[in-house]
Amino acid sequence: MTRTDLGMPAFPEAAREAVRDGVLRANLRHATHTIRDKRARAVAELADWDRLRAAGKAVKDHTLRHLDRHLLRLEAAVTAAGGTVHWAVDADEANRIVTELVRATGEREVVKVKSMATQEIGLNEALEAAGIAAYETDLAELIVQLGRDRPSHILVPAIHRNRAEIRDIFRAEMGRWGRPAPDALGDDPRELAEAARLHLREKFLRAKVAVSGANFMVAETGTMVVLESEGNGRMCLTLPETLISVVGIEKVVPTFRDLEIFLQTLPRSSTAERMNPYTTMWTGLGPSRGADGDGPSAFHLVLLDNGRTDTLADETGRQALRCIRCSACLNVCPVYERAGGHAYGSVYPGPIGAVLSPQLRGTGSAIDASLPYASTLCGACYDVCPVAIDIPEILVHLRERVAQGGPVTRHGIRVRIRPAHGHTAERAAVRAARLLLDRPGALRAGERLLARARRLTPRRLPGPGRAWTDTRELPSVPAESFRDWWTRERGTPQ
Amino acid sequence: MRVALFVTCVNDALYPQTGIAVVRLLERLGVAVDFPAAQSCCGQPLYNTGYRHETEPLLLRTAAAFAGHAYVVTPSGSCAAMIREHYPRIGRKAEREGRGTDLADAATSLAPRVYELTEFLVDVLGVTDVGAYFPHTVTYHPSCHGLRGLGLGDRPRRLLAAVKGLDLVELSGAQECCGFGGTFAVKNPDVSAAMGTDKIASAAGTGAEVLCAADNSCLAHLGGLLRRADSPLRTLHLAEILASTEEEPPT
Ligand code: SF4
Repeated sequence: MTRTDLGMPAFPEAAREAVRDGVLRANLRHATHTIRDKRARAVAELADWDRLRAAGKAVKDHTLRHLDRHLLRLEAAVTAAGGTVHWAVDADEANRIVTELVRATGEREVVKVKSMATQEIGLNEALEAAGIAAYETDLAELIVQLGRDRPSHILVPAIHRNRAEIRDIFRAEMGRWGRPAPDALGDDPRELAEAARLHLREKFLRAKVAVSGANFMVAETGTMVVLESEGNGRMCLTLPETLISVVGIEKVVPTFRDLEIFLQTLPRSSTAERMNPYTTMWTGLGPSRGADGDGPSAFHLVLLDNGRTDTLADETGRQALRCIRCSACLNVCPVYERAGGHAYGSVYPGPIGAVLSPQLRGTGSAIDASLPYASTLCGACYDVCPVAIDIPEILVHLRERVAQGGPVTRHGIRVRIRPAHGHTAERAAVRAARLLLDRPGALRAGERLLARARRLTPRRLPGPGRAWTDTRELPSVPAESFRDWWTRERGTPQ
Repeated sequence: MRVALFVTCVNDALYPQTGIAVVRLLERLGVAVDFPAAQSCCGQPLYNTGYRHETEPLLLRTAAAFAGHAYVVTPSGSCAAMIREHYPRIGRKAEREGRGTDLADAATSLAPRVYELTEFLVDVLGVTDVGAYFPHTVTYHPSCHGLRGLGLGDRPRRLLAAVKGLDLVELSGAQECCGFGGTFAVKNPDVSAAMGTDKIASAAGTGAEVLCAADNSCLAHLGGLLRRADSPLRTLHLAEILASTEEEPPT
């Protein structure tokens, strides 16, 4: 994501186009409202939801506090089970490691399990540059890949597409990548799924190398855990000879027992299922060590930092690392629903993206500096988050970083950053407002001035005020402020 | 009983009739109302835009203005949430930054004494029927900071339902944000207007004459959209409905 997305326009401009796109708005509204209502029902079934949520938060916080220890334990366990662990400090290093590993197998193509981490580092593009084709096998990822599109949702990357658009993409593009779609392909979901199944089957049976992420890594046993709905992931995780998993370091949990919490909260939060159809767990090469041809004979785990340790250093911002990527916050977000995922300029859209991207990437680019403001702070995201990430709190914290500058950790070093560009006039205005508000006498004089000029209130304001009056009337100014009313009626206040 | 009214800067300057309504309502219920003149703005717009340090003098001013008052009542869910949720946070941050405990002390002293109007009525006074009369069809939009920040729950709707003559109709998608969001309204005007337009469409769809909320800043946004669209639907703060009687209807 990093390179292409950083040239993105700021969020308000990117969102403007989406807001005007009627088809996109309708697709998103329908999809998010359907899943949001289903999630609410699935969560309401559990009497102990609040305790599960608190437990999930506590386990993640504890793990993050001792992350170094848990990661070393994980490395030891994975190694003992026949896997190889690689450490990648950033996207480039992770891409280099994976490319080398694939090259070493002599293969020119890999199949992929849906994974946010590999999208975050732009792995497909890096592999392509090295002459290696990466085939996405998750249905929605396949739609995005075939359509040469960008994902717009964590769980449903093609949420911005409707059935008719998907049919058109399949018809036009499948043939260029492998088995073509049938000529008479309609837009019935079952027909579309069948076309994808046949197209992908060919890839599964041929592939020698698979690349995945993981939802969880268990430190005590070295076990990787992938949750999915389609079964395509299971094929990728079991059929090829070499399996490479790229996983963010924050995905570790201490013990097998901890999964009990997340295997309940994640499916209900993401797909609104009581339990997801496929949960695949593997520990290194397993007891058989692949000797009987059962499962991969080589397993590589690439542990990805890419800004996570720096994020961990920030007391308020670090809670974003608890995220289990369920996407519930996207589905309830009224801003996401109107702006769409692409406006966030990152593989992490929606509320979690607005707090994660500016931390992982810094607030230097126009898009990253605008993301903390891409929210009304309505709090719906915090309410649904299964690990209780106070997203509004982080947003306000990051706004401070953008508007005022302040201390951040970059590459392990504590530095003070300067305010982002374009906030100078705002800073002056805020300061002036504060000086006025801090002097009730001056405030009263200002109110009286306003009241005297009330007949002159324009319908449209110039400059930044246009952002209000382009679509809304201004409130009418009263003849008398409350303060003056009180003085007139009750005498001078104490 | 005596309370101090925290009218909020928005109501003071733009919606005095809301402040006046709170005074009339509370006095009708036998509560004496003070208006400490040193009050100003709680600092929420500054804080939420990223200017925590500029907010700090306003925190100290607000805490000092209401020192000694056992009950501070405000007709704004978001300003109440600012004081109760964010003031202590600002205090803790200043402490962590080694800047002493003044802010933290001021915050923790004030926060528990601040009540949003409907909380004060239902929880402290223990009333839901405030003796109001308002013969109109009303739909209620629960503003986010009241709903999720303070957890006002069904207090506002219970108060409305007890008003004589009032026909309360449910707003579909009521819990969804109206799109105001403070400076969001001007920093992201397109998304803000799109959210507001959807909200007023739901409100108009109820057939109500009045769209009511407990926060005038949301109503400034929604009312601005409604008037631009020449809609007959009008906006009214909850306090004005609760203050209205047969003799004194809202202005
Ligand atoms: S922030 Fe919370 S709700 Fe959003 S994706 Fe992460 S875990 Fe899910």
